[in-house]
Amino acid sequence: MVKRLSRCIREYKTAALLAPLFMIGEVAMQVLIPLIMANLYDYGIALQNMEVVVTRSLLLCGCAAASLAFGALSATCSAKAGTGFARNLRHDMYYHVQDFSFSNIDKFSAASIVTRLTADVSSLQNAFQMMIRMAIRCPVMLTLALLSALSISPKLSLVYLVTIPILAAVLLGLMPVVFKIFDRVFKTYDRLNTVVQENVHGVRVVKSFVREDYEVRKFSDISGTVYKDFVKAERILAVNDPTMRFCVYVCMIVLSWVGAHMVVASGNNPELGLTTGQLSSMFTYTTQILTSLMMVSMVIVTLTMTRAPMRRCSEILAEEPDLVSPEHAVTEVPDGSVDFENVSFRYSAEAQQDALKNVTLHIPSGATVGILGATGSSKSTMVQLIPRLYDVTEGSLKVGGIDVRDYDLAVLRDSVSMVLQKNLLFSGTVSDNLRWGDPDATDEELRKACRLAQADEFILAHAEGYDRKIEQGGTNVSGGQKQRLCIARALLKKPKILILDDSTSAVDTRTDALIRKAFREEIPDTTKLIIAQRVSSIMDADMILVMENGELKSVGTHEELLETSPIYRDIYRAQEKERDA
Amino acid sequence: MAPIRMRGDGKKARDPKGTLLRLTKYLKSYLPALCFVLGCILIGSIAQTVGNRSLGRLVDDYILPMVGGAEKDYAGLARYLFLIGGIFAAGILSAFLQNYVMAGVGQGAQKKIRDELFTKMQRLPIRYFDSNTAGDIMSHYTNDVDTLRQLIGQALPQCASSVITLAVVFVSLLTTSWMLTVVLLVSSVAVVVTTKILAGKSRGFFVAQQRSLGAVNGYIEEMVSGQKVVKIFNHEEACKKEFDGLNDTLRDVAYAAGKYSSILFPINANLGYIQYAILAIVGGAINIFLGSQVLTLGRLMAFMLLSRSFNMPISQISNQINAIVMALAGAERIFDLMDEQPEEDEGYVSLVNARIGADGTIAESTERSGQWAWKHPHTADGSVTYEALRGHIEMEHVTFGYVPEKTVLHDVTLYAEPGQKIAFVGATGAGKTTITNLINRFYDIEDGKIRYDGINIRKIGKSDLRRSLGMVLQETNLFTGTVMENIRYGRLDASDEDCIRAARLANAHDFITRLPQGYDTVLTGNGASLSQGQRQLIAIARAAVADPPVMILDEATSSIDTHTEALVQAGMDALMKGRTVFVIAHRLSTVRNSDCIMVLDHGRIIERGSHTDLLAQKGTYYRLYTGAFELE
Repeated sequence: MVKRLSRCIREYKTAALLAPLFMIGEVAMQVLIPLIMANLYDYGIALQNMEVVVTRSLLLCGCAAASLAFGALSATCSAKAGTGFARNLRHDMYYHVQDFSFSNIDKFSAASIVTRLTADVSSLQNAFQMMIRMAIRCPVMLTLALLSALSISPKLSLVYLVTIPILAAVLLGLMPVVFKIFDRVFKTYDRLNTVVQENVHGVRVVKSFVREDYEVRKFSDISGTVYKDFVKAERILAVNDPTMRFCVYVCMIVLSWVGAHMVVASGNNPELGLTTGQLSSMFTYTTQILTSLMMVSMVIVTLTMTRAPMRRCSEILAEEPDLVSPEHAVTEVPDGSVDFENVSFRYSAEAQQDALKNVTLHIPSGATVGILGATGSSKSTMVQLIPRLYDVTEGSLKVGGIDVRDYDLAVLRDSVSMVLQKNLLFSGTVSDNLRWGDPDATDEELRKACRLAQADEFILAHAEGYDRKIEQGGTNVSGGQKQRLCIARALLKKPKILILDDSTSAVDTRTDALIRKAFREEIPDTTKLIIAQRVSSIMDADMILVMENGELKSVGTHEELLETSPIYRDIYRAQEKERDA
Repeated sequence: MAPIRMRGDGKKARDPKGTLLRLTKYLKSYLPALCFVLGCILIGSIAQTVGNRSLGRLVDDYILPMVGGAEKDYAGLARYLFLIGGIFAAGILSAFLQNYVMAGVGQGAQKKIRDELFTKMQRLPIRYFDSNTAGDIMSHYTNDVDTLRQLIGQALPQCASSVITLAVVFVSLLTTSWMLTVVLLVSSVAVVVTTKILAGKSRGFFVAQQRSLGAVNGYIEEMVSGQKVVKIFNHEEACKKEFDGLNDTLRDVAYAAGKYSSILFPINANLGYIQYAILAIVGGAINIFLGSQVLTLGRLMAFMLLSRSFNMPISQISNQINAIVMALAGAERIFDLMDEQPEEDEGYVSLVNARIGADGTIAESTERSGQWAWKHPHTADGSVTYEALRGHIEMEHVTFGYVPEKTVLHDVTLYAEPGQKIAFVGATGAGKTTITNLINRFYDIEDGKIRYDGINIRKIGKSDLRRSLGMVLQETNLFTGTVMENIRYGRLDASDEDCIRAARLANAHDFITRLPQGYDTVLTGNGASLSQGQRQLIAIARAAVADPPVMILDEATSSIDTHTEALVQAGMDALMKGRTVFVIAHRLSTVRNSDCIMVLDHGRIIERGSHTDLLAQKGTYYRLYTGAFELE
């Protein structure tokens, strides 16, 4: 996991290595300062030697300046490495997602991929920057300060032998307890937000059932739980600061008592033993050591919390795209014929049963095919196999007489145009969206496709016409208009096979009929597969497929099916009665 | 989970003082606790300062005299250290108490604010939810309350603690050496000003970074959500190129911002060390040239130690002030929501359970009787009259617009006899939904009158009015919870049997029993595991269990498969039986069975009558009917 993510450091390796190195320089200077100070006290002030005071002070200044330079360099390097790492991580993940097949996307869900690419990358960037700075700084500071203390007086340093373990034990001991509570709090927090969200979206339901007070009670219960857990966690953490103080104070008193004895014994002579100046620097080292220890625990907490986003990002990078173009791929689709040869399909190896069972079918090039069946009868599943959005589990599926697995994926998908049931427009102008079908299309070609899809008229009815801005998700056009734009976009690919998955459900019947008429007259050579709920949308097709529970129940023309298929007859009658009564 | 939208980054509050003042109101009931906490902070910083100063006393009063040959007074030293130890103990205890008590205060105040925010939101009119997006409202609870948490939990207490520490340290420094204190003050100002200038420079980069991050995250959200479309159109390469452009820009601005912000800390800290060196040289000079009586070695040492804890609170305060100003902007947005005008309700007529005698006398009942009456108190003589609820609704010359400049409904007059079914048909934007929204007073009319059983609906309490009206909306909203709980939402005291009966009536029972845990199946994400049709069936069952005398139905237009659609339709039909019904119709069968059909166009009723009448008129209805409905 760490290895896979650390690959994203790449060209920022130098910066990532320099940041901690400079940091070590900064820390070394800061640890040196109390030593110089002790020297200044002992040889300068105690001996009333102003020259020593001045030289030592200048030395101090030099150290501080060096420390500042090192610190600034380290900060710059870490910012460079951190932002560069985030850029590479985002880049790698996004590129990798582009290779995902539909089943890869289904496995994670689009929403989860979005979270991983946004929020998770941000927290990894923070963690990475912390890693190359604080995670180095604190242990180094701890070690160097401890070594300096030892160099002054091993005897006095014994006090750290007691206080460091006490502080470490308390800090580390509390961590798992607090983690568990915080984990729970965040879940409750999510529930709190869910309640708000449901109330904002469902405000009309709440008001029409007069459930305001009920919702307030519900909310207040959950916010009460959040309160209780947070207080509990914070109260446990309230032990941290006093423990820290306790350790510092114990050190101070012990240093004072033992130190006083030692200084008196040496007569405050640096040649003979401990001096007052050295004692004062021991005070400073105490703070440096114990503060570093405290910071180490904070680093550990942060890094532990990063484990989840680390796992989530690495999962994306580790995912193998399960559909790839073969070597020596076929780069041309001869015609628009489709052959299902004993095709079965299941969405995943763990699935209980086949989504599609033993379908065998020949669709000649240029035919118009209607597909009918209840929700869950696998109509969409069947057509999604044609542009190889999923691979068949058994059997073989041929387009233009060649197995779809032998084609170059891009070539196949350029020839098979599909309008998904859950379709989307993107932010940009109408033209921008249409040009997804063909980036090089001329304005005239755009208009022609739109005329076929019966979209030209309403596009031009708007003042800005083809330059009208479409908002994200296409929320500023009506459902029927969106569907027609999506059809036009698919037509611009000039496909050999066109698949409409329930793509005219929001279009009125007259327009629906006009679209079908245009298809018949203008693109007679394109094979058209149309999934529909309305019998009227597919009645005049060359062949109609009736699906039930993943099986192809009947195939035939409208007249034939009225004779042979009871399912078809029922659906047709129900919809006819509705119309005629 | 969609990434939370960042809002108002870098924006400052309009009225920081007023907002802060208002915020303190939430802390009022914690006043004793807060005073206690302040006391603890004071004791804590005194202990801290005494600790730092003790080195001076140790050196001056004990070590140096003993070194100088005075009598070895270790007993005196021990007494002194015991005294210090006592002060330390007090400091440790107060540090604990401070954190312990503050946890309750900070979280308590937040709970109060959160609860009040939600309660206030529940009282807001629909209009508010129209003019504010769900994302914006949500961000009050996520971003704004979060910044408030930072404010109350961290920024304010830290600020208070810094101020107190600063004061204590300052007094201590001054009494140690006023001359050095002057030097320290002057150099501290220089340090603070330097960091301030740097921080000011970084702000522009920070804003640019947030904007760029928003652009990248927005792009990812849009494109990855539509990844399947990207694949179908072989659009991967184009997406990569666009993405790289945004991503590289983000890296560059983030680097610029990050460089400044992470450089601040080492600069601030190390300028402190330079200051330390200056103090050393000045202190040394004072000691050597002015004599050690002016500044003894011990006091110099204590001063040097203390000076390290002087800069820290200063930079902390300046950091926190920034955070506080930002958080106040969040608090202000929260208060803005709280200050929104709540729904007006001047109604005094209420809905009560009633028993209606054979002779027509009405008696109020305390339990559910299946019969309802309007309770009409008369202020003049204090008497109360009852009127049976029948479900007669009439609108008289109603005019309405969502905004004053744009009238949506013009002079609409209509009535529904008890038990009648009234259908509204017409194009999108013709005003169908608007009419139904006026009956239950989601909005109040500008002109005209709406009467319910002859009572002006303005005189009826809003909750009473709405309890008498059932609603099934086009967009189904279910809540997180079991199927049973969702159905019971219609009537909270309904038994399981009542709910199941309602589900049967709505044709929902069959599919519910086939769910993994039947009625106990937990629904999340607005019933994401169910199909659109199944969600509608539950919504119908929910309205059925409420069993109101008048129903408002908005038929769904979205395509659901033929089988489920038949179920939904049958469920709706069952629900309509024996009630006054207003239905926004999309299905021919619904329209045909209606007692009266209102054809709406641009906010006017242009045709009305029964199906046969309207067909015979060969007007708009005829054209709509024969051209089929545009299902939008």
